[in-house]
Amino acid sequence: MNEFYFKTKLDQTTLLGLTAKNIRELLKGIKAIPEASIYYHTHKYLHQHHFLSPEPPNDFAYWITEVLNEARLGEIMSSVDIVQFHTLQDLRTRFVEILSEHLRENDKSPTAPQGQEFHFMASRMFVLQTPYTATTPSEFREALQRVSVNSLYYHIFDAKLRLEKGENDFSRWFRDLGKTQLADEIARLDPYTYTLEGLRNRIIKLVERHDSN
Amino acid sequence: MIRIEDYSPIVGQATIDELFLLAQRLQGNEIQNINSTAVGGGVAEILTRMIPLLTQLGVRSRWDVIKGDEKFFSITKKFHNGLHGVPVEVSHEEYDTFIEVNRLNVGMLSFADIVFVHDPQPVALVEERKNIGRRWIWRCHIDFSKPNERIWSFLQQFIEQYDTAVFSAPAFARKLAIPQVLISPSIDPLSDKNKDLPDDLINSIFSRFGIDRTRPVITQISRFDYLKDPLGVIKAYKIAKRHVDVQLVLAGGGATDDPEGPTIMQQVQEEAAKDKDVFVLFLPPSSDIEINALQRGSTVVLQKSLKEGFGLTVSEALWKARPTIASAVGGIPLQIAHKYSGILTHSIEGTAYWIKQLVNEPEYARKLGVNGKEHIKNNFLITRHIKDYLLLFISLFRRNDIEYL
Repeated sequence: MNEFYFKTKLDQTTLLGLTAKNIRELLKGIKAIPEASIYYHTHKYLHQHHFLSPEPPNDFAYWITEVLNEARLGEIMSSVDIVQFHTLQDLRTRFVEILSEHLRENDKSPTAPQGQEFHFMASRMFVLQTPYTATTPSEFREALQRVSVNSLYYHIFDAKLRLEKGENDFSRWFRDLGKTQLADEIARLDPYTYTLEGLRNRIIKLVERHDSN
Repeated sequence: MIRIEDYSPIVGQATIDELFLLAQRLQGNEIQNINSTAVGGGVAEILTRMIPLLTQLGVRSRWDVIKGDEKFFSITKKFHNGLHGVPVEVSHEEYDTFIEVNRLNVGMLSFADIVFVHDPQPVALVEERKNIGRRWIWRCHIDFSKPNERIWSFLQQFIEQYDTAVFSAPAFARKLAIPQVLISPSIDPLSDKNKDLPDDLINSIFSRFGIDRTRPVITQISRFDYLKDPLGVIKAYKIAKRHVDVQLVLAGGGATDDPEGPTIMQQVQEEAAKDKDVFVLFLPPSSDIEINALQRGSTVVLQKSLKEGFGLTVSEALWKARPTIASAVGGIPLQIAHKYSGILTHSIEGTAYWIKQLVNEPEYARKLGVNGKEHIKNNFLITRHIKDYLLLFISLFRRNDIEYL
């Protein structure tokens, strides 16, 4: 029996003691920080403001726009389409490319006012088993209605990019059950454009539709 | 007594279930909190609320208070001021006394499995670690962004003997040889300051103070202290008042260590005397219900601080879904994402501009308030604080970025 075990995760935010006050230092930091820090700064808003749509952009873009007042560069950084990336290293490389190009074209770089420097942080993830399991799509639907948003977050976002499994856990499971079309439909969603509750409802509806067919 | 399940209707049962799951991982370990005061101040307040909840979750917890004489506390007061950037001189003898008092306390304490030390006063207890082992955490509750370097390096020798240091805001992080964790403070949604209030109680409190609820009310709750910029608030109000019919409420305690405090208070009162729509309310410490009502009944809440530790009054206002305009200082940017869950400003003019906007566009203001409340619900309630503490204790036994419990 192919059973789906719903897990959940809780994050601890760590401080790296590393700051940046201009683009050059931000670039230097992005090159040096651990992947857990890239993940933190690109997913923090999604997690903390998961009720908002559209959500605020990643931390780098937000700081560049709101603190350095570099609207154009901020927009480019916020437009990086995270769903297209399969590894955090690739995502880091993209940010490095954008910032390097900006520095090549712009001699002058504004400095953050004192007290508004960029502080690099990271997160540690603690994964727990929940009591919820499913062996059929209808059990899956039932359970997905009950688990916390942290569980949904883990199986969709963390599984694909942080754990670098290539795709989300739900699609992998439905694929194993032979429900390829449903697996593909869930994989095709851009989860970054939903609120977490919106995403939960969307997935439940997809499963419901396939289950009733 | 408040029960952990009482938070379920607010944060959801799944969140409470996760706390129990985490707590199970700490079975067999006792947590010992150590600080320097049993009453008064934010640390005592949070421990008073937190320890019964941890116990209900099945985590054995206790709380010890170190003993010190007047001389010791005058030295730690100097440390406190110096860490906040105030120029102070601490003599060799005073440093020695500080260590000596900590050593005397070691002899009076029995240590639990996890020793959780709060703030600088008991920091040197960790010297005992070489004799007894245990896991040690140092939790800094104060603003550490620009500490006096001499005091900092004195404290650093002790801090680096701990397993982990915990700070309240990213700006307080330092270059340290041990891991540093961010744990923001929190508010308790079931406390008198934050619980739901019936509308007639809010109305009666407003009428007691003579404030007209049929017209827009702008409120700042804070001490009358230079760093909270009450005069800046009045200036912003006056600019906004040219175009919108608003009242201003400045409410808070009067006590302050700030030498400029009395002058500021006098100026505030002089300004208020000139304008019948400015209300200056000096509230005694037991005014939690009044503060709650003033926040709930306000059209817009301000926190125009020049410097701030974390600024929990912002969380309090947002929890009440109030449109909030606050300075981008200290921990405030963690609580407000500009134009999403509130407004961050940097000047008197900017504050005035946004007062007008939010008074004239109540639908946009309402949306900010709704988002703000949701943000506080997810990130700054006591249940999140408990989760962070449980993770902190668990993390002492595990070191990987991803841990399967």
